[in-house]
Amino acid sequence: MAKKKKDDIVFAPRGIGDANDGVVQKGVDLPAATKKKHKSLGLSDDDVKAMYEQMYLQRRFEERAMQQYQKGKFGGFLHLYIGQEAISTGTVFAFDDEDDIITGYRDHGWGLCRGVTSNEGMAELFGKATGCSKGKGGSMHFAKSENHFWGGYGIVGGHIPIGAGFAFANKYKGTGKISATFFGDGAVDQGSLHESMNLAQLWKLPVLFVVENNGYSMGTAAKRHTVAEIVDRAKGYGMKSAVINGMDVFSVYEKMKEIADDVRKNSEPYFVEIRTYRYRGHSMSDPQKYRTKEELEEYQKIDPILRLKDYIHSNKLMTEEDFTEVEERVEQEVLDAVEFADNSPFPEESDMYDDMFAEENPYFHT
Amino acid sequence: MAELQFREAIKHAIDEEMGRDENVFIMGEEVAEYNGAYKVTEGLLDKYGFRRVIDTPISELGFAGLGVGAAMHGLRPIVEFMTFNFAVLAADQIINHATKVKYMTGGQADCPIVFRGPNASAGQLGATHSVAYDSMYAQFPGLKVIYVSEPDDAKGLMKSAIRDDNPVLFMESEQMYGLKGEVSEEEDYIIPIGKGKIKREGSDVTIIAHGKMYHVAVQAAAQLAKDGVEAEIIDPRTVKPLDLPLIIESIKKTNRCVVVDEAHPFAGFAAEIGYLIQREAFDYLDAPVLRVTLPDVNAPFSKKLFDTWFPSPKQVIDAVKQVTYRN
Ligand SMILES: Cc1ncc(C[n+]2csc(CCOP(=O)(O)OP(=O)(O)O)c2C)c(N)n1
Ligand SMILES: [Mg+2]
Repeated sequence: MAKKKKDDIVFAPRGIGDANDGVVQKGVDLPAATKKKHKSLGLSDDDVKAMYEQMYLQRRFEERAMQQYQKGKFGGFLHLYIGQEAISTGTVFAFDDEDDIITGYRDHGWGLCRGVTSNEGMAELFGKATGCSKGKGGSMHFAKSENHFWGGYGIVGGHIPIGAGFAFANKYKGTGKISATFFGDGAVDQGSLHESMNLAQLWKLPVLFVVENNGYSMGTAAKRHTVAEIVDRAKGYGMKSAVINGMDVFSVYEKMKEIADDVRKNSEPYFVEIRTYRYRGHSMSDPQKYRTKEELEEYQKIDPILRLKDYIHSNKLMTEEDFTEVEERVEQEVLDAVEFADNSPFPEESDMYDDMFAEENPYFHT
Repeated sequence: MAELQFREAIKHAIDEEMGRDENVFIMGEEVAEYNGAYKVTEGLLDKYGFRRVIDTPISELGFAGLGVGAAMHGLRPIVEFMTFNFAVLAADQIINHATKVKYMTGGQADCPIVFRGPNASAGQLGATHSVAYDSMYAQFPGLKVIYVSEPDDAKGLMKSAIRDDNPVLFMESEQMYGLKGEVSEEEDYIIPIGKGKIKREGSDVTIIAHGKMYHVAVQAAAQLAKDGVEAEIIDPRTVKPLDLPLIIESIKKTNRCVVVDEAHPFAGFAAEIGYLIQREAFDYLDAPVLRVTLPDVNAPFSKKLFDTWFPSPKQVIDAVKQVTYRN
């Protein structure tokens, strides 16, 4: 390296100033959405309505949760999935119900999609005994193992190899099931991903490694924390890969179905980058100085829920009254969940020692 | 004296050392453009530029190891972890490399590096974000471990840590960053590593508490004073090397001791102190040394369970009553 004036030396790519040059920055570049209609994707009218209801539920659940948080009903972290609902919904519709799913801490949408009820979810946020994880996990640790949703995890990248472990077990037992491990763009920089990808390709594990690239890792834009195109990581491992438009539920459904079929048939891993956008801050205390309002609005204009609503409208699958009916029902469900959570008991003090070991009366050191 | 927040005291120390020595630089997640996840590094990027205040990807193992290499090459890195709960990903670099490279090379390489960030729990953050790691790291030879409780200690000890020619772990707390306290305005204010401090004098019992637990001990002592029990509080400030003479001196006066430790009970700081006291001051003890620690259970999320889990002033008071036979 030639000698350089020290003041000019830069390590991390700079972001300061970029946001102020008048041009709207793009958190992520979205690939084209699918042009296919629901019928040719193999989705019935009822499927489409169910997708709409599911996405709307995830949205309203979190908006209400945020309100309750601001009212001081519960503490800790609260990472909202708002903006990314097409990914959980499209995937769960594309997968078999017994296929295994694991994700990071931005997990409410995933839980709701995989059978955590609004009551169980809200109660978990409130830290109540009636929560899906008995109040022990909170926002970051929704789980419903009976529905093959193995939970949200709080260490960035920590759960990636665990998803590969599910695939190992599925192959070992010959279940014919696949698994998928979802994580953010920030987690791409963790060694755990790269070790898991090598293992999975080497051992031909039926697993999908799926990046929900929402353009930011906390306050750091993807281009400031990771090099090149994320999807190209697959090349180094000889792994199949795809990029998906995560703001369109049909695109997610179509591609994830193809990929799931491929992974299942060939028992081979797949690396998938789904591009999306998070509307809210990283957690609840994020001034969001790293992006502009204009940038956020660009993505809100292509909101996945509104997009599906438009589609349903123009294809006359639901009337205005149908929408009102669904939306009111969901609204009531979420309000009931808040009440349920509020009225539910906290765990007993003695419950603190439960779920540590397999035995009935385990040893605790004092 | 100037009143500073805990985070400001740390920043002033880093700032002074960066001003003093061009080889000092800081890196970590969100330390530069975001001004620090907890605003400890606020303003440092503006002052020292992109060469010396560096944002990293979420690659704890990678950037900790990179720091070790930089240290071996004559720089003095300050590596910030968003919390020590994430530093477990970098444990290989801290435990297998930073602490061993000098020894393994027969002294051919030095490793002057500071690993810093919040330690232990910070409210309802769940099981993976709530572990106190000071005792664990203190087990390993070749590391100095500091877990401070007040802004003044933070300032003086951070400066010492940065100047130290060895790997030093410097632990803070999300919940203490906003805490205000008087900080010495002495020019180049240094507190030597390994020196504890008697922060409250008393003759009835010695309470040993560091980090966040110091504040629990202070609350307990205030309550105990109302009941006529005068506790002496020692904040060791440095876990390792430990200021044992200060502790033993106090035990010889009070003859009773309660250790308050934010780690789980097995083989932790409290266990070590208990052992050392029986070895050095057995004949002076009027009661067994007691400890207040976390239970042998992961951190629960639920507020009610968390409040039960976290050591309370009441538990300290109960322990003091027991060693002073007031039950
Ligand atoms: C090992 C580890 N390092 C740091 C953190 C703190 N942290 C939590 S989320 C996050 C950003 C992750 O961003 P990304 O992977 O893009 O997911 P997103 O939040 O966008 O869904 C960071 C740095 C953590 N939880 N674990
Ligand atoms: Mg992200």
